[in-house]
Amino acid sequence: MEAFLNKMKDSVTKSQVWKSMFRHGYEDTPRNRYLQVLDNVWLHLHPTRIPRHGAYIRFTWCMGGITFLLFLVTAVTGVLLMFYYRPTAEYAFNDMKYLEFDVPFGMFLRNMHRWAAHGMVIAVWLHMFRVFLTGSYKPPREFNWVVGVILLTTTLLLSFTGYLLPWDQLSIWAVTVGTNMARATPLLGSEGPFGPELGMRPDNDVRFILLGGTQVGPPTLLRFYVLHCVFFPLFLAIFIAVHFWRVRKDGGISGPL
Amino acid sequence: MDNLLLILSKPDNVPIVMMMLLFGYYTWLWWREAKKNDTLITNGNYSVLQEEGKDKIFTWPYLVRNEFLAAILLMLILTVWSIVLDAPLEEPANPAKTPNPSKAPWYFLGLQEMLVYFDPWLAGVIFPTIIIVGLMAIPYIDKNPKGNGYYTWQERKFAISTFMFGFYVLWIVLIIVGTFLRGPGWNFFWILDVWDPHKVVAMTNVDLHQYFGIRSSLGAFLFGGFIVTAYFGLAVLYYFWKKESEFVKKLGVARYGLTAFLFLSMMSLPIKMLLRWTLNIKYVWVTPWFNI
Ligand code: HEM
Repeated sequence: MEAFLNKMKDSVTKSQVWKSMFRHGYEDTPRNRYLQVLDNVWLHLHPTRIPRHGAYIRFTWCMGGITFLLFLVTAVTGVLLMFYYRPTAEYAFNDMKYLEFDVPFGMFLRNMHRWAAHGMVIAVWLHMFRVFLTGSYKPPREFNWVVGVILLTTTLLLSFTGYLLPWDQLSIWAVTVGTNMARATPLLGSEGPFGPELGMRPDNDVRFILLGGTQVGPPTLLRFYVLHCVFFPLFLAIFIAVHFWRVRKDGGISGPL
Repeated sequence: MDNLLLILSKPDNVPIVMMMLLFGYYTWLWWREAKKNDTLITNGNYSVLQEEGKDKIFTWPYLVRNEFLAAILLMLILTVWSIVLDAPLEEPANPAKTPNPSKAPWYFLGLQEMLVYFDPWLAGVIFPTIIIVGLMAIPYIDKNPKGNGYYTWQERKFAISTFMFGFYVLWIVLIIVGTFLRGPGWNFFWILDVWDPHKVVAMTNVDLHQYFGIRSSLGAFLFGGFIVTAYFGLAVLYYFWKKESEFVKKLGVARYGLTAFLFLSMMSLPIKMLLRWTLNIKYVWVTPWFNI
């Protein structure tokens, strides 16, 4: 029996098809441990060996990784939600109801998207906090901290633009409160310092550009939808790539010098 | 009590409660690690820390394994959370019906809370900009070479306490205040108070110059300008007072100036809060174009 199984195994793992996919064996040798990371497009994000504390949760709090995972969750659930959601004032709210009552697992999908997004905001704050507390922004990682602040800001904007999409009372008023601030922008807002002097009116200042109108309305919904589903995710993905690249290039996870 | 339960059970407020627990836990963890390292360093054993830092392990399986477990655990929590708690959906959007209070998403409530003390151009535009730029500037103004890559407290007291003050008190606490203690009209209600939309709050606020009997608007302009300039001028005084100190010397003029500006801007919020609570100060500087 065992001989037969071994033969079966060999006929699979020694086949051309198998070997074309997996380029090394699985025996527990140092060489294979290196190759396991190096040969894998996803894992080779990592170095093959890391300082011991890099794998300790008490050092990294695992928060950068958790932020990233939550971003992936929102990306996947977000794409699925896009199948059911139309960003127009006539349909948006009804599509929410549709998701809740008619789409199989629709509510679950929406919940997961929302809680992952909120979790991401918390995780990114915690990640920043731990990077601060380990002093990991100090040379040579100054620039990666700056990239991090860009990621933080983008995460918040991503969350904020998504907040509007359900098109219910909660969302439009939260976004109204938030975007009312733009009115007060110095020089560029109709109620900001020196704004009126420069000819800013409610129908031509920065808030108007942001909302596509003088109040949060259908054009705002479309604008925020495009920002939320296309612009900010792409922007974030690009900077996450830069961020990870720099973690490696700045000498890997920080440690006592 | 009912009101508190109502706020607590708002689905969007659940993350805040979670955040509070997580921050408590991680702060404790930081403190434990920092104490451990600080003791090593005090005893002259920094090299032990360095040696430990050089110790290398294989990414596969040791790191990948932890990542995998963390991912499974997180997905489990997220799944349960998504089954148990539904995302909120209120009535359809109605631009003609303003809810009272109208609140921004919870992660911006710190900024909304600032609106009580500063006008929108400051609280909603200038301060967020200063926060972002200030965060980005941190690596370039912190010239302390110590505490790079390990937890510590004693080697970075100023940096850590400033950051913690800004982050905890001026950001997290304000979010909590904005969520749990602000009711209709953005009035303050204690946790167990009922949110009374007709609560009458006497508007007794006055501008600082009125305390000094200044009546003309030109006088107010000059007076307020003087106060604000003097406040930021403290940085210059301190500079000349401490010019010879290690701290100021290492920073150099430009870094010192930026650090002082960011620090004083941050402290202007608690100062304005105190002025409001004790002296009912509305504005410190009144001009025809803007008020501070
Ligand atoms: C979308 C947001 C972000 C993602 C996905 C992310 C991801 C990561 C990951 C996976 C690491 C590896 C180490 C770890 O897990 O702690 C890391 C390191 C780092 N992150 Fe982030 N990060 C984000 C935002 C930020 C922010 C907001 C900051 C700071 C303001 C920041 C600054 C850094 C720095 C300086 C390092 C190097 C730390 C070290 O070597 O010890 N990142 N990031």
